[in-house]
Amino acid sequence: MKSLRNIWTITEKELYAYFVSPIAYVVGALFMVIMGVLFTQIVSNTRQASLDILYQNLFVIMLFIAPPLTMRLLAEEQRSGSIELLLTAPIRDGEVVLGKFLAALIFYMLLLAVTLFFPLIIGRLGNPDPGPIASSYLGALLLGGAYLAVGILTSSLSQNQIVAAVLSLTILLILWIIGGMQSVFGNTLGGLFQYIASVNHYVDFTRGIIDTRNVVYFLSIIAIALFLATRVLESRRYR
Amino acid sequence: MIEVEHLTKDYGSFQAVRDLSFKINKGEIVGFLGPNGAGKTTTMRILTGYMPPTSGTARVAGYDVFLESLKVREHIGYLPETVPLYTDMTVGAYLDFMAKLHHVPNRRERIYDVMERTNIEERVDFLIGKLSKGYRQRVGLAQALLHDPEVLILDEPTIGLDPRQIIDVRELIKSLAQDHTVVLSTHILTEVSQTCQRVLIINQGKLVAEDTPERLTARLKGNERVFLHLANPPQNPEDLTAAVPGALATESRGDGRFEIECALGDDRRPEIAEAVVRKGWGLLELRPISMSLEEIFLQLTTDQSEAYEEDGEMAETAEEEDAVIRNI
Repeated sequence: MKSLRNIWTITEKELYAYFVSPIAYVVGALFMVIMGVLFTQIVSNTRQASLDILYQNLFVIMLFIAPPLTMRLLAEEQRSGSIELLLTAPIRDGEVVLGKFLAALIFYMLLLAVTLFFPLIIGRLGNPDPGPIASSYLGALLLGGAYLAVGILTSSLSQNQIVAAVLSLTILLILWIIGGMQSVFGNTLGGLFQYIASVNHYVDFTRGIIDTRNVVYFLSIIAIALFLATRVLESRRYR
Repeated sequence: MIEVEHLTKDYGSFQAVRDLSFKINKGEIVGFLGPNGAGKTTTMRILTGYMPPTSGTARVAGYDVFLESLKVREHIGYLPETVPLYTDMTVGAYLDFMAKLHHVPNRRERIYDVMERTNIEERVDFLIGKLSKGYRQRVGLAQALLHDPEVLILDEPTIGLDPRQIIDVRELIKSLAQDHTVVLSTHILTEVSQTCQRVLIINQGKLVAEDTPERLTARLKGNERVFLHLANPPQNPEDLTAAVPGALATESRGDGRFEIECALGDDRRPEIAEAVVRKGWGLLELRPISMSLEEIFLQLTTDQSEAYEEDGEMAETAEEEDAVIRNI
């Protein structure tokens, strides 16, 4: 109970920080403009009441949305030294990491919530299948969660926000393209790369398929990244 | 309240703290004194649970700082050296956040109470980033007091404050003494003599002295010294020694300034004044030189030879220090 309250205290503070810093507005505007432009183009070109192409594109858009949302979270605390007050307050390192992750996730969910008017529009104009749209949102949530968790991990590694952002973009890009390594490394190692590749686990969601393996994949990424971030934070104490 | 035993902290090959042991009782105000890099901040960081010691143990409020870190942190209020605050939060929002982190009951009341004690109420809606250094320092102090901790660890609490605020903060620290244990570090020596009941002097990670400020002063003080500034000084300083009954030696400081040494506890100022008037040397200034904590500190923290060489400079800085205090 106390633990949940600690996590929420951090989350609240970070959400507050999002809305008083320009980054949230810039990133939010970027997200909405790009999604809006894509939606318009896709709908007018395909003349289909479906959003699968739009949400496939989200995979790439998120590469640029997630890093700026997470780069500040731990890097800035370490640069300014405020981490010292945070880690000497009666709160566990894991609670700090979870609280910050939750704040980033909630902010991302707000962005996603704004895109809900796309289904409303095509619902008025046509007759879309609600299943793939619902699963697309689940996929978008899991994908975003994984990206943000990676961002938090890289933010824990550096005192510099830019380094943290570039590092997370790099990791996310590698996770995307690593599947292509199959042709180079053969089936055993290549199969592993195929499994690690994030895009393979994402696309099914946009087609209306909720595969437990894919859910587990994204949840694992979130868990591993947050666990490592906590460890990195703990290791600060030993330096 | 605080027990430190054989504490050692290495940073790679550099030993920041070496075999440090001390005890601080409940309700005491203890000053950590030492030159930069002496290991004061490292020791404080270990006490707050921010970093573990390489070896040795430290217990705060009965809890081990490493094994029961969370418990320790509940009982500690900490003001780090360069007060790191969230610059994009308002003072009120920041204190509210810290109060929540420390599970403070009756948050609102408590926050206003603490803001009143640290004199920052009128800045409650200001962004911390827009505050002056003095205000930030006091927000940091307010934050440390929020949860009414048994132990307060303050790393240079008066740095960046103006003289008026320094006095306020010192008064505040003294007023906390009854039911709090306070450890503060500083290199302002008068701060120690004014606020602390006990001084721990640390140099190169080791404890070099531990006593009350008065006893430390008494212990290391040699003879009584009187500073004298004359308009028409005698050619030979020895003339002064000869003219004043009880004077042991006279040193010229140049430009008509002298220091006369007398036996400890032997105040010869009336005789000096009389002798100067009698000889027509033109008295400009006459005052006792008390051996300041600063000189003691330098004696303890520098090698004997170095301390001797720096003697002249020391006296001057001590004078400046005194002057500042008189102005306050």
